[in-house]
Amino acid sequence: MALLEAKNITKSFGKTEVLKGISFSLNKGEVLSIIGSSGSGKTTLLRCLNFLELPDEGSITVGGKVLYDGSDATTLSDEAIRQNRLHFGLVFQNFNLFPQYTVLENVTLAPTLLKRGTPQEIEQTALRLLEQVGLSDKLGSYPHQLSGGQQQRVAIARALALRPEVLCFDEPTSALDPELTGEVLRVIRGLKDKDTTMIVVTHEMEFARCVADRVIYMADGVIEEMGTPEQVFGQPQSEKTKAFLRGAQDLF
Amino acid sequence: MSFLEVTAFLWDGFLISLLIFAVTLLCGAPLGLPIAFCSMSRFKPVKAVSKVIVWIVRGVPLMLQIFIIYYVPGLLFETPIFSQMDRFFFVNYGIADAGRIVAVLIAFTLNYACYFSEIYRGGIESISKGQYEAGYVLGLTKSQIFRKIILKQVIQRIVPPMSNEIITLIKDTALANCIIVCEIIKQAKELAATKAMIWPLFYTGVFYLVFVGLLTVVLGRLEKKLSYFRS
Repeated sequence: MALLEAKNITKSFGKTEVLKGISFSLNKGEVLSIIGSSGSGKTTLLRCLNFLELPDEGSITVGGKVLYDGSDATTLSDEAIRQNRLHFGLVFQNFNLFPQYTVLENVTLAPTLLKRGTPQEIEQTALRLLEQVGLSDKLGSYPHQLSGGQQQRVAIARALALRPEVLCFDEPTSALDPELTGEVLRVIRGLKDKDTTMIVVTHEMEFARCVADRVIYMADGVIEEMGTPEQVFGQPQSEKTKAFLRGAQDLF
Repeated sequence: MSFLEVTAFLWDGFLISLLIFAVTLLCGAPLGLPIAFCSMSRFKPVKAVSKVIVWIVRGVPLMLQIFIIYYVPGLLFETPIFSQMDRFFFVNYGIADAGRIVAVLIAFTLNYACYFSEIYRGGIESISKGQYEAGYVLGLTKSQIFRKIILKQVIQRIVPPMSNEIITLIKDTALANCIIVCEIIKQAKELAATKAMIWPLFYTGVFYLVFVGLLTVVLGRLEKKLSYFRS
């Protein structure tokens, strides 16, 4: 049974239909990459999974529990949404660290406010996660003292501190200088080895090809192609996918 | 009158100036917050009322507002509460000007609350949406997000414009003499009228300068203290 099941998700902003019925499922420990050109709805899909946008229709189920159903009002209350968000983590393109807190405090803030254990336990977990992302020497630094890559790694540790069942990344390296993308992608690859279930929206085709278990290519609000990296990159069926991949390769 | 006597006489007036300053700050700064929230309300009527109040208060001279607060209860409802209060406190406790000072405090507090509210609004709206979203995806409540994440960033951003308003406030207190409250400039004018001494009027500037100097140092320190992070 799949860990995550999204069924027929639609979302419109005014008259613009951004998602036109997206369905997919994801098994525990799998990494799903979502690729596609700008405006195809990738980011909106991710924001729907984290309830930053509420889908107009469709349902989201994690571990057999229906978290969101456009036709079931009980899943739409502010409090239900706040609780259900905790099944997902989200790492933003622009990191969005809290500037007035140190690296360590950024990671411990939410678990402390949500009373996820004693202060000692929370700090132990935070220290372990920061070591995992290679920032043990930056515990007392403030975000503005860090490079973009370091900030993004803190953001990853912050998201992991709440032990989400599915960790989502929204173009995690798009705001980074090219020489800094490697360190972030290595951390994400490291998480795969620890069996973290992840959804990564990315423009890094090589990363999607090498790390993902499954790839979704989105175009104009629909899933144009879905399969293993070998299928999607090696033998794309749809003309749109072929054109997109050619465009991604033939840059020069 | 000796220099010391003049200084003491002016100091009595400056205490009234400081009283107006302190009360306006202590009451106006908190009052600005609900006004700011109303101005940002998604409920249109609340927002509209709040915007109109801010427009009127910022659009009319403070001196006129003092006149309105002081005279309107008597003119419109035939109960001049502030002059009644004046008399009551003078007869019973020997305190002069009490009612007039209260009228001034009300006008100042309302006026400054509106200016503060606009500074708060600007500060709150300048915080990026991403900060709220980061809080949301971590499962925090709206109130936790505001108190633990947004507030300090807002404070850091509003300290410079608030400093400006606070420095303007001490000088605005001179407007109280339009309804004959004995603040420092009124006191100096008194000396000019009764003792034919004009220099104390210019000497009052020293009082303001020293106080503004102190404020500048204190507010500068606060700004520096909050500069440990960049938002």
